Parts: sequence; C-alpha cells; structure tokens
Amino acid sequence: MIYNYYPGCTLSTKAKLLDLYAKRSGEVLGFELKELVDWQCCGAVYPQADDEIATKLSSVRSLAAAAAIDGKLVTLCSACHHVLKRVNDDMANNSEMRDKVNAYLELDTPYAGETQVIHYLELLRDQVGFDKIAEKVVKPLSGRKIGAYYGCMLLRPAGVMQFDDPENPTILEDFLQALGASPISFDMRNECCGGYMAIKEKGIAQGMVSEILASARNKGVEELITACPLCNYNMDVNAASSEHLPVHYFTELLAEALGVKEEEEN
Amino acid sequence: MQVNEKEQAAEIVRRSGTDISKCMQCGKCTAACPAGYKMDIQPHRVVWELINEHVDVLQKAVTPWKCLSCFACAERCPRGVSPAALIESVRLSIIRQQGENCITVEEIPAYIDEKMPQQAIVAAFRKYNK
Repeated sequence: MIYNYYPGCTLSTKAKLLDLYAKRSGEVLGFELKELVDWQCCGAVYPQADDEIATKLSSVRSLAAAAAIDGKLVTLCSACHHVLKRVNDDMANNSEMRDKVNAYLELDTPYAGETQVIHYLELLRDQVGFDKIAEKVVKPLSGRKIGAYYGCMLLRPAGVMQFDDPENPTILEDFLQALGASPISFDMRNECCGGYMAIKEKGIAQGMVSEILASARNKGVEELITACPLCNYNMDVNAASSEHLPVHYFTELLAEALGVKEEEEN
Repeated sequence: MQVNEKEQAAEIVRRSGTDISKCMQCGKCTAACPAGYKMDIQPHRVVWELINEHVDVLQKAVTPWKCLSCFACAERCPRGVSPAALIESVRLSIIRQQGENCITVEEIPAYIDEKMPQQAIVAAFRKYNK
C-alpha cells in the first residue's frame, strides 16, 4: 500500500528521525510513504480568523493535490496534521471560504474538503492495527517506563481533530503497549509545551516544560515520546538539567521494536 | 478611515467566529490556560471586555502576546466560546496596522539554537507578523 505523505518543513531537517523511522517502519509493516510532489508549507499554526484566506492557500494546494491522486494524505508532524485537518474542515464546511479559495486558486477541479487527512498514528491504529504491529515486534520494549506526551495540536479542538478523547487520550499508550513497553499516563500529557514561545519568551516554555516533567516524574516516567518536533525540542532544550528526561519521537521506538533501528543510532 | 471602539469590537468578534453572547463568565477558560499567569487580562476577562466593547485596553495589554493557541480554553468552555480565537483576532487588529510587525528576520539568529525546529520559526512569523 502506498500513501501520499506530507512531510512538512521540519522533517527533512531538524526532525529527521521522526521521518526516517516512520518510513523504515512502514517497510516492515507493508506500506510506503510517498512524498507528495510540490507540497507547500502549511504555515505551522492554523489561522483562526475567518478572514484569513491567503494563509490557508498553501494547505489547500496540498490537500487538492492528494485529492487528485487517491484522496488520502498522511501526516506525521502534529502541527502539519493540525493545520491541514482544520483547513480541510473549513473547505468542507465553510462555504464562503471555500468559494473564495477556489476563486483564487482556479484548480482544475474545485476543492471542497474531499481529502482524508490521516495522521501516521491513525494509520497504524486503523489501517495496520496495533495487534498486527504487536505480532511484528522483534525487540519488545519490556520494562521501559515510557510516558506519552501528546501536547495540544493532535487533540484540540476535538470536534474537528477527531483524534482521541481530548482530556484522556490513549492512542499513544495503546501504541506503546503494542511495542511491549509499560506506558505510564501522567496528568499533564495533554498540556501545552510552550510552543512557538520558545523563540521570544523562553521563560514561558521553560515554566510549562517544568510542570509537565514534574507530572511525568511523579508517576515514575523515565523517558518520553512525542509526535511533534516542537514539543520534542521544548522537552529537551527547555528542561532544567535536574528535571530532564530522555525524549524520543514515537517512530524511533516503533523502529526499535520492529528491529529496524541500527545499533549505532540508539 | 477612523473606526470607533464599538465598531472595532464588533469587527474583532465577527472575525473570530465565536459567539461571545454565550459566555457566562464561569472562568473555566482562565483556569485551563497554561499562560494565564503571565497575562494582565485573563481569558474570561478578554471575553468580558469585548462584550463591553472595550478594545483599547485589550490592544494595550500583554495578553495578546502570551496566548499559545493551545486551545485548552476553547476545548474546556462549557458554552462553545473560543477565547483563543478572540485573542488572535485582537492580535490581528494590532499587527495588521502599518509598522506593527513584532519580529524581524534579522532578530531570528539571536533567538535560535541549532536544535530549534523550523516549525517554531514559521509559527512565530505567523503569530507576530501580518
């Protein structure tokens, strides 16, 4: 099975491991991520104002390109997933925006939100199946006390994202369970890491990271996984040295459990 | 064209796409906000100020620059109001004015380190500039 894949701005540069191990694991699990030709940057944050049209065009171009192939688009970065999914929802449900965007883009076929935006985790759960993944695990992550940090972008607003329960998500814990790990849920796993504040207001990000890490440590978490390059960055760089925990992309652990992570890369 | 405060408030609310008349000032948004402690006008008060058509006080506040757009406020609002969308709309009312961009390309190198993901820089430009 071949899926159209939207890597986004960060996955071939600062978050290479998130991308590399997703692709490599896909080979073991029987699917291929094929990069969408001419994808454009999603803009990293969803423009909330309803008169923001130009800032949504790049997302629509990618969504429409996927619609012209097979109507599916797989994302991996939480921010890309968030932006593409919400813009897609606008195109499906906001007729004024849809008309303006189509009038501007003059696509061969007008776009109305037909593409299904699928996060890699949803692909694993719904298309492959966590039970099937468990069968392919050759190096179970037994005994590892791993906390899944969700952050904001995958979960909220739940009405549009329809990813998981926004207050008590379990998809990453279920995923970890399939890899043989002992996932540990902690209270602040769905709180914000500080996001883009890491640029100009580092203190805000540091404060939030500290609270999240304290919540994880109190439950006995020894390592963290994320799906978002910016969450990963904040948890790593904006953590106090006394509170720091190892943080991995969820795909790194998937590749490790499937036996396709090289030893020297550990 | 000079726009009075009342008209400006109406435009900010309209653009946000959220219905402030549903707000009952319960403060759940403020309780949920991870950046609320850094704000001089808390999320539920942002809604209150707009109900009362006060724009100047919001534009002068630090609040528009502290919101992370994590959507905890909107998710937890029992009435479907989105303070995040209102704060973003206030922010747009500032940065859309000439010369009000808040970050320049030249400033960026001083803020970043070698691990900083591009995503953060792209996001910051979206948030701070028109």
